[in-house]
Amino acid sequence: MRRVAVIGVGDTKFGELWDASFRDIGIRAGLAAVEDAKISAEMIDAVFVGNMSAGRFIEQEHIGALIADYAGLARDHIPATRVEAAGASGGLALRQGFMAVASGLHDIVVVGGAEKMMDVSDIASSMIQSSASDQEWETELGATFASLHALIARRHMHEYGTTREQLADVAVKNHKNGSLNPKAQFQREINRDVVLRSPLVADPLRVFDCSPSSDGAAAVVLCPLDDAKKYVETPVEIIGSGQASDTLALHHRRDILTMDATRIAAKKAFKRAGLEQKDVQLAEVHDNFTISEILAIEDLGFFKKGEGGKATEDGRTALDGEIAINTSGGLKARGDPIGATGLAQAVEVVTQLRGVAGKRQVKDASVGLTHNVGGTGATVIVHIFRRS
Amino acid sequence: MATAPRFWRQNPSRYNLIGIKCNSCGKNYFPPRAICPVCHRKSVGKIEPLKFKGEGAIFSFSEVHEGIDEKATLKPYLVAMVELDEGPKITGQVIDCDACDLKIGARVRTVLRKLSEEGSAGVIHYGYKFVPVRDKKE
Ligand SMILES: [Zn+2]
Repeated sequence: MRRVAVIGVGDTKFGELWDASFRDIGIRAGLAAVEDAKISAEMIDAVFVGNMSAGRFIEQEHIGALIADYAGLARDHIPATRVEAAGASGGLALRQGFMAVASGLHDIVVVGGAEKMMDVSDIASSMIQSSASDQEWETELGATFASLHALIARRHMHEYGTTREQLADVAVKNHKNGSLNPKAQFQREINRDVVLRSPLVADPLRVFDCSPSSDGAAAVVLCPLDDAKKYVETPVEIIGSGQASDTLALHHRRDILTMDATRIAAKKAFKRAGLEQKDVQLAEVHDNFTISEILAIEDLGFFKKGEGGKATEDGRTALDGEIAINTSGGLKARGDPIGATGLAQAVEVVTQLRGVAGKRQVKDASVGLTHNVGGTGATVIVHIFRRS
Repeated sequence: MATAPRFWRQNPSRYNLIGIKCNSCGKNYFPPRAICPVCHRKSVGKIEPLKFKGEGAIFSFSEVHEGIDEKATLKPYLVAMVELDEGPKITGQVIDCDACDLKIGARVRTVLRKLSEEGSAGVIHYGYKFVPVRDKKE
């Protein structure tokens, strides 16, 4: 297998981008990544697009060809593939691009992710999001996507003594990081009281425990590491990639407080990278709910099971902590345009490893990780990146 | 919400709590599966239907304030994950109970109730919900 580098990154602001269409934002992110890589369009061998549900959000399927077309690549007839794994669509698209370059099949691959969620009502949006869980045995029986995470949160509090305040601390930290990120949907710092006084969504989770609906897109350009120096001064290598699946319904898991797919995807990625958790300085993890970040930092092996809440409260996951978690603001503050999220995570890690993250720069960052989850944990993708 | 045919296909399991037992490893599953995830190929031909009693204990629960449709959002309702006595866990609504008396470990049993309607004059969907099992003394 060939070694693979990221040579370009691009993204849009996340939020309600009502004046921009799906294709507008997809192309904006893709072009920014291509510009950043200093390549020209005819050099692109293939495109992968992560997208969860354009069919239901904007009534448009066939997203792979659409994006290639509006990127001006229709006459080049390159392979264009849409990838779907609910919230993990973007991370999975990145993995497809990684495998395409690693295998030698393609040299220059653009991987994008995009979602346009704000054209539908809040209720329509939450119905679409709940289709990532088991429609027949969860949703139809009354479980919303948020309430499934509430079941995890309450049980985590019951078994490990995680506190309501510690959940709030995840949101407070991520909003603080988001306030340093000009691309973030929310750039306002909040405190515990704001979280604890926000309306209940699914007890114990409140509005400020949940990531927002967002429009947005993000993209990266990949090529073989051996060629990367031709294009950029600071290539970032993808040194590990792991993917794992689990039961679709939360109630069928071995343990609802451990995302086994996270453990296994991380194990595979770390093994391939030849590194351990202590070698990682920053991670973008899938904090679609505050409890999700606590599970993630435990299951990725950064903290012991049950200690994620305490670690957050103690500032160990802050920008200047022992491992900086969600420096971009995470899904919570950076925003969560579903199919774009896995790519936005990669964009943030590459930006940090290049040392150009501005006010939110993690000092001496050389290794970073991304963790992207579909549904309540039925698909997990982990990537590890190193400055080359 | 579900279309009528999709819902009808689930009826036998939804109405009667019919799952399966794998006679290779002895584990019980709900809803039915064609293959045992523990035994894989060894389970072929060794799976038989099992009627669950519908009793179990609350494993976790949540009071839902933002429901999936307009109607549900008008009034908070309870959702729980319940560990059935036969082993599997299932998810559903809890009725005849206030959030404040629900506790992890509390005993509940399933009852057949209306889950949703398809449109104003549409098909009514039925399925299981949970009710608390009261102490005999009460
Ligand atoms: Zn078996």
